[in-house]
Amino acid sequence: MLTTDEIDDVTERDPSPDVVIAADGLSLTFQTNDGEVHALKDVSLSIERGDFVSFIGPSGCGKTTFLRVLADLEKPTGGAITVNGVSPEEARKSRAYGYVFQAAGLYPWRTIAGNVRLPLEIMGYSKSEMAERVSKVMELVDLSGFEQKFPWQLSGGMQQRASIARALAFDADILLMDEPFGALDEIVRDHLNEQLLALWARTGKTIGFVTHSIPEAVYLSTKIVVMSPRPGRITDVIDSSLPKERPLGIRDTPEFLEIAHRVRDGLRAGHAYD
Amino acid sequence: MKLSFFPVLGVLGAIVVLWYLAVAPMNIRVALDVAERAGAEVVPKGSVVRRDVSVWRLMAQNSGHVAQGYALDRPRLPTPQQVGQELWKTTGKMVQRGRTWSKRSLIYHGWITLQSTFWGFLLGTSVGILGAVLITHLRVMELSLMPWAIISQTIPIVALAPMIIVLSSQVGIEERGVPKAIISAYLCYFPVLVGMVKGLRSPAPAQLDLLKTYNASQFQVFRLLRLPASVPYLFTTLKVGVAAALVGTIVGELPTGAISGLGARILIGDQFGTPLAIWSALFAAAILAGALVTLLDVAQRLVQRRMGGRT
Amino acid sequence: MIWLGFALIFWCAATLVNVRLAGSAYNDTRLVRIFVPLLFGATLLVLWEALVRHFDVSPVILPPPSLVARTFVSSTETLWIDFQQTVVKGALSGYVIGMVAAFLTAIAIDRSTFLTRGLLPIGNFVAALPIVGIAPILVSWFGFDWHSKAAVVVVMVFFPILVNCVQGLKEAEAMQRDLMRTYAASYLQTLFKLRLPAAMPFVFNGLKIATTLALIGAIVAEYFGSPTRGMGFRISTGVGSLSIDLVWAEIAVAALVGSAFYGAVSLMERSVTFWHPSQRGGRS
Repeated sequence: MLTTDEIDDVTERDPSPDVVIAADGLSLTFQTNDGEVHALKDVSLSIERGDFVSFIGPSGCGKTTFLRVLADLEKPTGGAITVNGVSPEEARKSRAYGYVFQAAGLYPWRTIAGNVRLPLEIMGYSKSEMAERVSKVMELVDLSGFEQKFPWQLSGGMQQRASIARALAFDADILLMDEPFGALDEIVRDHLNEQLLALWARTGKTIGFVTHSIPEAVYLSTKIVVMSPRPGRITDVIDSSLPKERPLGIRDTPEFLEIAHRVRDGLRAGHAYD
Repeated sequence: MKLSFFPVLGVLGAIVVLWYLAVAPMNIRVALDVAERAGAEVVPKGSVVRRDVSVWRLMAQNSGHVAQGYALDRPRLPTPQQVGQELWKTTGKMVQRGRTWSKRSLIYHGWITLQSTFWGFLLGTSVGILGAVLITHLRVMELSLMPWAIISQTIPIVALAPMIIVLSSQVGIEERGVPKAIISAYLCYFPVLVGMVKGLRSPAPAQLDLLKTYNASQFQVFRLLRLPASVPYLFTTLKVGVAAALVGTIVGELPTGAISGLGARILIGDQFGTPLAIWSALFAAAILAGALVTLLDVAQRLVQRRMGGRT
Repeated sequence: MIWLGFALIFWCAATLVNVRLAGSAYNDTRLVRIFVPLLFGATLLVLWEALVRHFDVSPVILPPPSLVARTFVSSTETLWIDFQQTVVKGALSGYVIGMVAAFLTAIAIDRSTFLTRGLLPIGNFVAALPIVGIAPILVSWFGFDWHSKAAVVVVMVFFPILVNCVQGLKEAEAMQRDLMRTYAASYLQTLFKLRLPAAMPFVFNGLKIATTLALIGAIVAEYFGSPTRGMGFRISTGVGSLSIDLVWAEIAVAALVGSAFYGAVSLMERSVTFWHPSQRGGRS
């Protein structure tokens, strides 16, 4: 496990002017009936513009909590975090986040197009711009032609794609995805991973991605953050050496396996503590 | 369930305060009539003249008489305190004087209502549970009974109530409790039926398939799976059912010229112009409903603890 | 003897048909789902008619359905007047007022957790009480005409609708609220775009329960004094003057109105909450 100082060293060694997310000594403690739960303890991390960052670790390691703190859905109890140089709350109010949850969470009373339009309505876009953006992102996630369907008429994978379209519709700075493909089967998952990479290449967005699948994390990310539970903390940060172009076959290359191996080691190191 | 003790107390307190505040404008006309009859100076004179004056003006012009509205014998709106006193007078005090079963005692009337409620509840739950068992096991029953069960509840039972009484007296049933119990059962059976159908259908397909692999008979599936699975539903529906049964009994007492029972007290209070009797009977009914639901709630906790469930 | 025999044969035949239909491959088609209960209902009517005729029951006690039907047709004018007085003026106006009041109250208290947590148990309890007992009080407050009936209906429908609205507004999932938060949506935006639509299944549940209560309230209130028209008035005087066939005709009207009212609200529910699993799942 790296100490905080070592991680700080990492950030100092590679100072980038384009840091989007900077967390420093971040902690979050919940009070429960069974005493205190340290969901996050002393987490420091910096993420640059255009990074694809995966958070991986067993349940309870705080990967989801970190994402939620980032999006101002949870308030940290200690430490500092800035997004684009401002607090998460200000970033949220300036609509910097597109959040994708594990469940698609589409509104069943709205059509697919209606769901994608939802954030645009809230943010007060004009009618013509809404229509334009909806058709654009629907094409982006390969759902053209399904605009007038209702969510329950679509498969799980298509629903999740619609929810990604919803997050992309309003040009959010940062895309946060909390195990978006966790409930889908492997084949659909592979397909969506490929599509997500293509999407990322096209839009150049900064993406925070929570997963508990090692291949998924390695395949997608430029940076892999390995976390471990009780208390939730970072045990390793791995910068991927894989090229930006990644066909599915890359998963059989020695380079890929080496990174996967390092992730697994990091996870194991975290487990040694219980 | 999280206990919302303080919020409930707060809201109840607010209701009582509002009630007290409402008494003054509600009763000012009566209070002024009484005061005028007793020879006091009232502006303006004459109850007919006052009818055209707003209560707020009456209160402002006769501020000295507002307080009398809180101590009237026949108020339009009694104070909570008056209702409490009347309740005590017709229950606890009667017991102290050894007249528990007097015709003026609410314990006596409550007991009559409780009896009908009990029989109605028993009949209603039996019909409801039996119906649910039939519906879950026989497709023809589901098809023919379910729509009529729903329709039966859209028929305002009060319209039927007088006919049920006429019919049962013609058939030769002298006991006054019987028609009341039938009306009570009529309101009670439906929530039980619906809840039990839900409960008996609650086992997951996998659980049913498991018993199928054991080649279990329909009866075994019922006894070993469906029935235990429906217990949580059963108690929830019983609570709704018993409240409905009480409503049914009182509805049965209202239009039928009954002379005993809480509903009859309301009726008699109306005929003799004694609002306090109506209010105290209403509150007695509320207390009775609360007691019955609480009783079933306790029973539910006991049974569920014995069955190993968490409460 | 002919009547009894006919009834028994009809009964057996109808049951046989229903059992066959229920066991057939078509037992989930709309036609069968409507036909089977209809035949069942018709069987009950035939039994009633036949038993009354066979045992020669006096129409003063229990008139046969055919007589009730004849009375219904011949006294449509009276029934129409009573319908307007009780249903339109008493029940419907009270229902609408009570519904709006409950809905507004639910939204007003929605922002205060203290109020919602305090009102929900109380509302639940009050909704289970025999509120209909306040009818004489409200009749003495608001007079004999339809206003007092509407007032009774308002009080009776208020609590079930309120409780369901409050419950429904709590219904939106935590995740969907989080989503609205990441959009930095305002309170009103969250209310109108998420929580109100999500609350609709509950709201309609309350509205359906309230339909019957509205009719009960309007009819019972008439037992405590009314002008010389109205369904409750006609029923209570009809029992006294032994015009039982007219009473049954009124009951038939009440049953039809009750079912139609419930059916209308259900249809509205279907069009508003078409997306809810209970509306698109077919069998419950």
